[in-house]
Amino acid sequence: MNFSESLFIIGSNTSEQHPVFGTMLRRAIKNRGVKLIVADPRRIDMVDFATMHIRQNPGTDIALLNGLMYIIIEKGWEDKAFIEERCENFDEFKATVMQYPPQKASEITGVPVGQLYQAAEIMATTKPMAVMWAMGITQHIVGVRNVMTLANLQMLLGNMGKPGGGVNPLRGQNNVQGACDMGGLPNVYTAYQNVINDEARLKFARAWGCDEAPRTKEGLQGTSSNGLPSTVGLTVTEMMPGILTEKVRALYIMGENPVTSDPDSAHIRHCLEQIDFLVLQDIFPTETAEFADVLLPGVSFAEKTGTITNTERRVQMVNQAIPEIGQARQDWAITAGIAMKMLEGQVDQPETRFVKMDAPWAKWNYTDSSDIMSEINALTPSYTGITHSRLLKGERLQWPVPALDHPGTPILHTKGFARGKGKFMPIDHVPPPEMPDDAYPTILSTGRVLYHWHGGAMTRRAKGLMEVYPEAMVEVNQDDAVKLGLDGKKRVRVTSRRGSIEALAWVTDRVPPGMVYANFHFPESSANELTIAALDPVSKIPSFKVCAVKVEIVE
Amino acid sequence: MAINITINGKQIEAQAGQTVLQAAQQNGIEIPTLCYHKDLSPSGNCRMCVVEVKGLRFLQAACVAPIYEGMEIQTRNDKVVADRKMTLEMMLANHPQDCITCEVSGECELQDLAYEYKAQAPYWGSKGTRYPVNSDPNPFIRVDMNRCILCRRCVSACAEIQVRNVWGVAHRGFDEQIVAGAGINMLEARCESCGQCVAYCPTGALSNKMNYGAARAHQVKRVTTTCSYCGVGCNFDLLVKKDKVIGVASNANASVNGLALCVKGRYGYDYIHHPERLTAPKVRRYLVDGTVKPKGHHDVTTGQPNPWDWVESDWDTALSFVAKKLKNTRDTFGPDTIGVLTSAKCTNEENYVMNKLARQVIGTNNIDHCARL
Repeated sequence: MNFSESLFIIGSNTSEQHPVFGTMLRRAIKNRGVKLIVADPRRIDMVDFATMHIRQNPGTDIALLNGLMYIIIEKGWEDKAFIEERCENFDEFKATVMQYPPQKASEITGVPVGQLYQAAEIMATTKPMAVMWAMGITQHIVGVRNVMTLANLQMLLGNMGKPGGGVNPLRGQNNVQGACDMGGLPNVYTAYQNVINDEARLKFARAWGCDEAPRTKEGLQGTSSNGLPSTVGLTVTEMMPGILTEKVRALYIMGENPVTSDPDSAHIRHCLEQIDFLVLQDIFPTETAEFADVLLPGVSFAEKTGTITNTERRVQMVNQAIPEIGQARQDWAITAGIAMKMLEGQVDQPETRFVKMDAPWAKWNYTDSSDIMSEINALTPSYTGITHSRLLKGERLQWPVPALDHPGTPILHTKGFARGKGKFMPIDHVPPPEMPDDAYPTILSTGRVLYHWHGGAMTRRAKGLMEVYPEAMVEVNQDDAVKLGLDGKKRVRVTSRRGSIEALAWVTDRVPPGMVYANFHFPESSANELTIAALDPVSKIPSFKVCAVKVEIVE
Repeated sequence: MAINITINGKQIEAQAGQTVLQAAQQNGIEIPTLCYHKDLSPSGNCRMCVVEVKGLRFLQAACVAPIYEGMEIQTRNDKVVADRKMTLEMMLANHPQDCITCEVSGECELQDLAYEYKAQAPYWGSKGTRYPVNSDPNPFIRVDMNRCILCRRCVSACAEIQVRNVWGVAHRGFDEQIVAGAGINMLEARCESCGQCVAYCPTGALSNKMNYGAARAHQVKRVTTTCSYCGVGCNFDLLVKKDKVIGVASNANASVNGLALCVKGRYGYDYIHHPERLTAPKVRRYLVDGTVKPKGHHDVTTGQPNPWDWVESDWDTALSFVAKKLKNTRDTFGPDTIGVLTSAKCTNEENYVMNKLARQVIGTNNIDHCARL
């Protein structure tokens, strides 16, 4: 970012969701005159600092980007040398982009043709340009395609693998990067070692004391061998409906609150009511606790020591400042406690599972979190050289850190892409799964606000934050407010095919006419009562950013 | 380009474009500052950093005076020291003499300098308070302009670090005052409550409201850590007194953020000690009774003992229920009927053990977290 000449923010409310990063962007704009293009249906705060604001219709990002790339190619602004040397599949990609002349892109996106030309010119003439996005790009049924289209744009402009360029997704949670790095995904072990790759599976089977052959029987009956499964598991958005078909019978949840954070809350509650056994480990009795059979008190960040990995792959220490509150336990120790009890007295028989405890990393009797980190070092190539003692000495490490004396890697893909050449992907616009109609004429988009966090379990219990932002507000455009006859009345009811909420109306030009924006910080008026559980086919990310609703006044 | 200067009789090679203060600091020569802060553009208004330069009639503010070839500088002769002492006395003449109850006593730069220069408030100083104490309704930031020395660091921090321009200067002469917006309150002036102005304020003019009266600098233990909210990864210090987190303070060594934090990071910490924290394992009564899990809605309050009641339990019992139930499910219906949701709020180590539990012990790849949400 320090080397960027221009910034393109699309689908990130940076100053509210990554506030400190937002100030860094503002500083770059103010001190270095960096140009900022914001593409967002909402007039978010970053627009105050932007050279231009593109206000595309929700769910039309691909058409917008293809339209911009059409102009870049039409004008001959693409980086021909970069495309020639480092990329492939340009011609096929170009054929698709040529289907999006400015007039057509404008019709789909609602962005005037002149603005498209203006934006394309800024992008082509102020390089390097960094693209930044967050959930506004990914939380669509075309989330993955949106990301690929942004990669296309950056390859076309030759902005990849350069300081100040690149594609920069802003990760939401403090350790969403680390949770992914540590194998908290159904398809990979740590450092994205794929579960369907035999070599990776063998490595972990040997380390953990499992059989080398993959776990054989797939179905529900019997457990078969003691190997590791060689097929991809279920995502969170598949587990919930899986409960209804008895595909999923028990859940162990640590530090998550699906009732508020998943789409279509009513459906999630319906699923969780049917489950055989739910164990929830958290610091508060969240909305999900109502459905739990066992509640295990974990600890807050002030009570634990460990590492977290930020959005730029920087691994940093969390240090314990106070003892565990009450009988609460270290979260890793709770998990280890469950594991040890499950392994206690295990027998090597076909009808149950057996782990060979003499394997190098089969153990569960960890002394502390740095002991766990040693195991991570041994099994995770990108984390090999990341130890608590290095971090405590003040070393600043961004993975990959392949050795104890390696200084870390601030920029990826400087010499080539992971797959060799960057591949242009031809991608077409697909309309959102639910569009406004006569019964539900308004578009709902959802997200968060500066003063609250996600399901609100923490921030609704912070006094000052509640003083500034005490209840959910739905952003309603002033023209719509007049049409609704809001006229001094304060509350609206927003209804979708899935549910209904009431909330305070904030009449504002932050949203365009025909669109409302709501958050999910307050369970009693959570946007997720309304959202649709339509998923991106690849990422399984729900379409939080677009669904159809109707808005009425609460008398 | 190298430039030769002399500081306190010592020959020094400095770089063109440096200020006297930068050249001195680079050579380990200390010059006191008050309105100057390395993160902010220098304004040269407080006159604490004055030095004597041979051939110049007036003392020069080191933070803004550029160096030149052959410059001869005295940083601590009698004239300079007397001038600084006078500057401090002028500030103290218009500053409450109540360090004994002041929130920032012990970490106040004015107090430290007054102590070092043995400066006292002069007898002719202003009497009583000129401005309302705790004058702004912002829930996080306590404003007491009586303690303000008009250094303008808050103005610069808001303009240059947060880029929000909430603070400004109003009136002139003795009436000069720091104001939010055009004399409105902070939130009305579009304050984001990041507290950067508090972090940069050298006195108690801007302090934290949430822990007002909780502890002073020497009573707290500082533990450096990483924020638990978003993925930017800001570092800060937790302030701890008697095993209680009483506040958050910026840490100048923070690699990502410097002194900057956002409202949630700096002021959203009181959930840690919220009375609703889970403090003991709980299990449903039906598990303790050893009966079958009843169908239907979970939380029912009938007044009578109910299979859904929460019963507090010891760890061994609770973990045994969990292990037994997961093991039975695994062995009866297969490992893939168990799902594990790990957490983007938890540490790498905690996520690693969840991944290991799912794959090694249970034998399933059904593990995920809320990255998608």
